[in-house]
This record gives sequence, C-alpha cells and structure tokens, in this order.
Amino acid sequence: MRRFGYSRPDDVGEAIAQERRFPEAKFLGGGTNLVDLMKMGVEKPAHLVDITRLPLTQIEERGNVIRIGALTRNSEVAAHPLVLAKCPVLSEAILAGASPQIRNMATTGGNLLQRTRCFYFYDPSYAECNKRVPGSGCAAIQGYNRIHAILGGSDHCIATYPGDMAIALSALGASIVVQGPRGERTISLDRFYRLPGATPHIENDLKPDELITSIEVPTPTVTGSHYLKVRDRNSYAFALVSVAALVDLAPDKHIRQARFALGGVAPKPWRVPEAEEALVNRPATEAVFREAAEIAVRGAKPHRYNGFKVELAKRAVVRALTTASQRG
Amino acid sequence: MAESVGEPLDRVDARIKVSGRAIYTADQNIPGLVHAVLVTSTIAKGRIASLETSAAERVPGTLAVLSHKSRLPLAKDPMKVDPSSPADRALQLFQNDRVYYGNQPIAVAVAETLEAAFEAADRVVVRYEALKPSIALERADAYVPKKMGGAGDPAKSDRGDVSTGLASAAFRFEEIYSTPFHTHSPMEPHATIAVWDEPDKLTLYDTSQGIFGDRKRVASLLGIPPENVRVVSLFVGGGFGSKGPTWSHSVICAMAARRVNRPVKLVLRRPQMFGPVGCRTETRQTISAGAAKDGTLTALRNNVLSHTSTMDEFVEPASLPTRMLYSTPNNSTLQAVVRSDIGTPSYTRAPGEAPGTFALEVAMDELAYKLGIDPLELRLKNYAERDENKNLPWSSKSLRECYRQGAEKFGWSRRKPEPRSTREGNTLVGWGMATSVYPARRSPASARARMYSDGKVLVEAGTQEIGGGTYTIMTQIAADALGVPVARVTFRLGDTRYPPTPVSGGSQTAASTGSAVYEAAKALRDKLAQMPKDGWNGRPFVEAEASTRENEQEKQYSMYSFGAQFAEVRVDADLGQIFVSRMTGVFAAGKILNAKTARSQFIGGMVWGIGLALLENTVYDPRRIRVVNNNLAEYHVPTNADVGNFDVSWIEEDDLHVSPIGAKGIGEIGITGAAAAIANAIYHATGKRIREAPITPDKLI
Repeated sequence: MRRFGYSRPDDVGEAIAQERRFPEAKFLGGGTNLVDLMKMGVEKPAHLVDITRLPLTQIEERGNVIRIGALTRNSEVAAHPLVLAKCPVLSEAILAGASPQIRNMATTGGNLLQRTRCFYFYDPSYAECNKRVPGSGCAAIQGYNRIHAILGGSDHCIATYPGDMAIALSALGASIVVQGPRGERTISLDRFYRLPGATPHIENDLKPDELITSIEVPTPTVTGSHYLKVRDRNSYAFALVSVAALVDLAPDKHIRQARFALGGVAPKPWRVPEAEEALVNRPATEAVFREAAEIAVRGAKPHRYNGFKVELAKRAVVRALTTASQRG
Repeated sequence: MAESVGEPLDRVDARIKVSGRAIYTADQNIPGLVHAVLVTSTIAKGRIASLETSAAERVPGTLAVLSHKSRLPLAKDPMKVDPSSPADRALQLFQNDRVYYGNQPIAVAVAETLEAAFEAADRVVVRYEALKPSIALERADAYVPKKMGGAGDPAKSDRGDVSTGLASAAFRFEEIYSTPFHTHSPMEPHATIAVWDEPDKLTLYDTSQGIFGDRKRVASLLGIPPENVRVVSLFVGGGFGSKGPTWSHSVICAMAARRVNRPVKLVLRRPQMFGPVGCRTETRQTISAGAAKDGTLTALRNNVLSHTSTMDEFVEPASLPTRMLYSTPNNSTLQAVVRSDIGTPSYTRAPGEAPGTFALEVAMDELAYKLGIDPLELRLKNYAERDENKNLPWSSKSLRECYRQGAEKFGWSRRKPEPRSTREGNTLVGWGMATSVYPARRSPASARARMYSDGKVLVEAGTQEIGGGTYTIMTQIAADALGVPVARVTFRLGDTRYPPTPVSGGSQTAASTGSAVYEAAKALRDKLAQMPKDGWNGRPFVEAEASTRENEQEKQYSMYSFGAQFAEVRVDADLGQIFVSRMTGVFAAGKILNAKTARSQFIGGMVWGIGLALLENTVYDPRRIRVVNNNLAEYHVPTNADVGNFDVSWIEEDDLHVSPIGAKGIGEIGITGAAAAIANAIYHATGKRIREAPITPDKLI
C-alpha cells in the first residue's frame, strides 16, 4: 500500500473536477473492493476522491422506474420497501452477496464496478495479467481456473464478473446514469459492461472522469422472480453459478415473457435474448426451461478446472425459472 | 462447599472479551513502538538474484530495511532443528539468498508508522533466479521417515499378516482417500512485539500456544540465556496448532528491534499466513480391508503419502487411527513422505487423527454397505477391547456407551439403509455416522498457588489461553482443591515468569496444567491446615508450588478419548449444494471440567469437521506453487450458515490413570470422525461415494 492524497467534496460537479485535477485519482465509495485492491498492490491511486458525502442516496419511484442513488448502501437497497414490493429479485441478489458488514459499507455504484476475483489479477507477483498490465499475458488460462469464465472470455482473459446485484439488474433491464464533464448520459446495463476481447483492462463504458449517479430499474411486469446462487459455502462465498430469473405467466400457465441473466460464468452478467425468446408462449415446464438453458450456454468454452460449470449453469437456469414460475 | 468443577460456569474472561478489553498480543501498548512489515518471496524455489532497498529506505519514516544483505548474525543455524524438540521448525532468517517456498520471509521494513512500513515493504525490488518447483505427491523419491508426529510414533506398524488376512476374507476391497492442504486460519493473525529491555534481555509479546518452547527457541537463536527472554501471551485469538512452534517472523521481529534499538511490532498480513507459519499437508491414504461375511475384520491396512518441505521434516501421522481403532488380527500401516517446495507443514487441528479418521471411517462405511451390515453394527462387531497396537489395556473406554446414546439421540434406528431413499422435493436427505478418537496426553507441568491474608487466592501457571477456556477451568480446579468459592480465585497465565507448563497443543492443557494447578492448590491447603493459629502473624500471603512428572502409567495403559458422531445432510439433487442440517456427538473424554466451555469445545471441533468435509482447501497454482486462495473470502472456513443443529453430550468418566483430576482433554476430538460422518451421510443421501475432501457441489453433479 502506498501513500495517497484524499479529498471529500460535497457535490457531484466538484467531485468530477477533483478527479480531473489530481493525477492518478480514483473515486472512493464504500471502499470494500478498492481498499482491498490497494492493500494487495493491484490498485495504486495517488489520490482518492471520497464521494460518500455526495447527495446520491435517494431511492424513489418515478413513473414505472425505480431510481436508486449510486451512493445508497447495499443493505439499504435490499431492505427498501419499494425494492421489496416492485423488484424483490434485486433484494434477493444483494442479500446473497458478501456479509452484512460489507453490505453496510458497499455502495450501489461501487458494487457495479467490483473487480474480478481472478486469483492472478489479485496477486501482482504474477507478471502475466492482461487486465492489470495490458499485453502481459494471462496466467489463469493455464492456471487454476475453477472460478473462471466459460462464456464470453477471450484468449486474453477468462476472468468473471463476481458480483450478485448486477446479475439481477441485468435481468431487470436496468440502466446506469452517469455524469461527466460532458454532462449526463444513460447506458443500459447490458451495454455498460464490455467483453474482454483483446482489451480486458477496459471492463465497462465508464470514462475515468465519469461518475455513476444512479441506477434506473424499470418495474417489471412479472408474476414471479428468483435469484439463485450456487456456491461452495452457504454464506460469504462468490457464486460458482448464479441466475436471476423473472417470469410472467398467463393464467393458463403459459409464459408471456421471461428474462434471466447468469452470474459466475462470464466477464459480465450473461444474458442471451434468444434463450428468453425461446420461452415466450411456451408452457412453464422443465423441458421448456431446459431448452432455454441449452441456448443460454451455447458456445461455452470450459477450461481445465471449470468444466462442471456448463452443466451446473444449465441446471441452475432450470431451477431458477422453475422457482420463479412457482412463485407466480 | 459445593464443587464448581463440571458446572457450566461462564468464562471468567467473558466480560473483558466481549467488551474488547482483553489484551491480545498486537493490542499491547508499548511506548516508542515502531512497526515492521515483512516482504515475502513470490517464487517457491530458487535464489534471490538482487534485492534493492534504496527506494524503500527513502520512504519517510523508514528506520531500516533488513534482508540477507544486512548481516544479521545468529548464534546458530536457524535451518537446523533440535530433534528432541519436535515443535521446532527450520526458520528462514535472512541468512542467505535461498528461497525454499512461496511467501518465505526475505526482508522486513521497519518504520515509525504502519503506513510507512507498508509502503517501504512495497518498494523493495526483488529479482529472482527461479527454479521449477514441485508439489507432486507421486514421486519416486518418496521416503519412509524414522518417526512422525509430536509423540514420535514409528512410521510403520505391523501385526499379523495382512496378505493372509485379505486372502482369507470373504470380502475385501481397496480404495484411495485423499484430504487436501489446509491452512489454520485463526481469526487473529500471528503477531509479535519485541522489546529489548537491556542489550541481552528481551521481552517478547507473541501469539504463542507454547511460551516456554518459544522462549527456548528464540533465546538459542539470538545467543542469550533462556532466562533473559520473557515471553508474554495473555490471549490467543485462535491458533489451531499454527501458534505452537516458533516461526521466522517472531525471531525476525526481535532481530529488527535489536537493529533499530526500538520496540518493534510485526503482524502478519492475511496472505502471509499462507506459507511461513505451517499448514496441514495433503494426504493420500490407500486403505485395504478384508472381512468375514458377518463383518469381522480379517485385515486392515493404510498406506499414507504426505508432503514435507525440502528443508525440514514434519509427518502428518494419519495412519494412527488405523492401528488401534478396531480389533484386527492382521494390521499394517506405512507412512511415506515427499519433499515439496512448500513451507513446512505442521500441527493442525488433530494432526493425524483428523485426516486419518476421514479415510478409515469412510472405508468402514463402504465396508458396511458392501456387506449389507448397519455401519454402527460393523463398528460394534469389531470393537477393540484393548489397544492391540500397543498391546495394553485402555485406561478407560466408554465408546460403546457413546454409540448407544448417540444412536438413540439421533434416531439411528429409523434409518432406511438404502442410499438415495429419502427425498423431499429437490432435496436428498442422508444419514451417516463415524467414530471419534484422540489420544489423551499429559506432560509435566507446574503451578503456584498463593492465599492472601484477606482470603483471596492467586494461582499462576505459564500456559496459554487459546480460546478453549483455560482461565476458567483452572480457576475452578483451584477453587475446589482449596475449598473456596470461585469468585475468590484469580488465575494468571501466559507469562514465562510463571511456573513452566507445556504447549497448548495435543489437547493436553486440562490434564497437564490442570493437574499441576490441582496439586499446587492442594499443597497450599495442606500447608494452611498445618499452620499454627498464629501462623499468619503479619505474613501477607502463604504460598505453595507443585510440579507433576511424566505419567508413568502410560507404560501400563493406552490412553484415548473416544466418541460417536452422527450427521444428517441435505443435498440439492440437481445443484449439489450440501447443508449439514444436524449432528449428534457423544464423547467420552474423562472428567468434564466445565459443561459450558466443554460443549463449546466439542462443537468447535465438529464445526471444523464441516470445514474438512465440505469447505477447506488450500490451492496452489499448478506451475508456480503459490497459494491462490490466500484470503478468508476464498479459503472457506465454516460460517454460521453452514452449521445446522448440534446435539452434543458426553459420558461421565473419571480417568485417574490419565490425570489426578480425571480429565483426558477435549480440544481436538470433535473434528475427528466428523468429516467422515458427513461424507457417509452424503453417500447415503445421493448414492455417490466421494473419497476426496472437500466434497464441493461440482463433485456431486
């Protein structure tokens, strides 16, 4: 860990200005990931702009959209009546992650930017990590890759996005509102995250001087939803595979519409529109869910230690859709 | 005066612990303290080609950056260990440029503030000449060690003839069982504060499970008499064996303090707990068993393979339970080790018995299913009425009663024998059982008891509080022996100024130090009884001291604690997720000194059994031989969510062969057998026999 400067502005414009003013600056939210990475020597910012005093802590409904301030804490969002009433899958996903202590600190915006848990990214003694040092190689492809991606990876990087909340937000079709020196813009969450390709160090669409100010979640028209997390330990463990599923059933139990996203298997929340389309106007049966699951993991490329994820992901999709349907 | 021993007394240190007032090693507030941060190797084998400290030394507040280039002479070679001290480990104290394992200490930065020390450590630039490291278990150069474990048991054992026994068996089988590397992972990281009171007098605040061994090792390396070193360890935040030996960082801290002439604090960072302070080795156990149709064992064999390091020898004695747990006319065990490029493995939560009972008790379950005999019946059929390995009678053995009570409490008779016979929705439910066993050890110890003229009592003994309740049970023992209320007794420990006691390891503290406390209190009572009425006559206190010797009865009796464990698991049929929904443990472990702390101890051991069965696994990168999951997020120890309902009880015993207070020791028995009971329950639930711990979801789908 190295010395760093620190400032704590009160408004969004000043925060963005400070980020631009101080060289090698980073925004600091709850610090549950960035501080960890600083201790490990993965991140070495020269200055931290602490944004936790910015007025971005509202959770409110505007029309059919729930707007969640970027600095709301994970625990607040999970317990918020609007969230519980309108999109309980988001609460389920948040509560499946980390520990109460970490959720009390972690912010919504920061959680979206959580870095991968790839062992080789986390340990700078490995010279090879294209995410840490572009062009240096990937130690995971030939290394211990049990936790790594089976979908969306490249020859340059097979790290997964490790979080839970964003998987639910992806299935919910959420958007991210960001503010920068060029003003405000809104990006759909599915477009926000990028696949690694040849540039795994670029993980998302956010520019260094842009700040996430809120998340917009359209309130879904569904009869049931579920966040399923499969993990080695029953609490405080990252997902081997997770699935956020939303199902809208007609009274005759046919599926009007269904959406699902996978976690733990890809560099970003993994959503496959064709798999969702395959469910429309079909009966809510295990066979139909299995068809969608097969489509969802099409093109999977397992590595030496993570081959089990392909079958596990399919079973998790079936289970999550089944549970969501039964809740309907 | 009602006896307090056996009562569920609250811990005497409960209030200060829950209110944050208990002083752990790193909490010691020493004036003028400066901070040290270790730099550890990033390769597992080779040498340091260059080590550049100039950038580190320029960090403001830095006092010194020490390494093999700093000429830090020692009185003896730290890589050589005294064979008479089995807890001594080869240490890496900057004496040369060799690297033997990942995370070996290679330099230390000392600075006025912790932040500066972190930064200075980060700015040390090291280049290596790396060699290809090995961690392969199957190697041609595996060898059979002379002895193994803390007790120095032989690495081979033989009675009868196993091949004849197998040939005559109606049924025989052979399977390989494996357990992975484990890392102790106490909540409190290792920490040391070194204060040189005079040029040759050292006070060492150390997270130690064995302050007297620590004193001896540190003094001999620094070239000062042991009496010039005072080791203090008032509370240990978990050790699980890792804080038994003296490790490199403790000596490095003292060397650094001597160099900068200031008190120095060194706390290991969590990733640094993976390598330089021991681990449990991976084991591979090949068990062969033969039985008659009625289940009578005709032969039992366990060949064990495990790792040691390239610089030192530690042998995980996993074959021990196979030697003595069941009556078998033909029995053989053999342990071999390979030298791997890892930090030396060491004592870890029931060394030997934990992985050893996993293999043996899963094998017994397999045998029961193959013979069509109830697993509990099979164990009763082969009940050992004496220790056939040592050819001695048991000092006490209430295992039959443990089986009976355990089965009744758990409801074992309602078990449906067929695997996969109980399903609730997506959940497969299974039951399994296994036997627990752990040696009852006692070592020489001493204690001092003092009564003040106001009737208050102070008792002192070196020993250590590693979380089991030592402060409390010693207080109870002394109060009862003196016939005074517990509230009048204060017990002090964790300081080499107090009478010498053994390491808090091998589950021996209650029997060893407890007996010395009992004898000292009894001696004080006798002294007081014999004093004339005016004997106090202005004296502020009356004092007595007592020491116990080696237990001569060990030659006449074999001494073990036993137990029976039953587990229920709920396994997701599609996703392979496992939950241990309930466990029943009934133990026979001598006199139980405090019903509350004992219950916690048993539960703690059983919870570690869940860790062994389902979770714990220290994983090395296959090429670099560097631990990849070197943190508590990814090295999985059980959480509350992994633990279902526990029903724990014990059989009353009073084993005076083991100790004058009748206690056998309970620290480690809970983990033994627990993992096998869970693995057996998983088989019963799913029909899948997993012989490789940990049993994770991927192995079940």
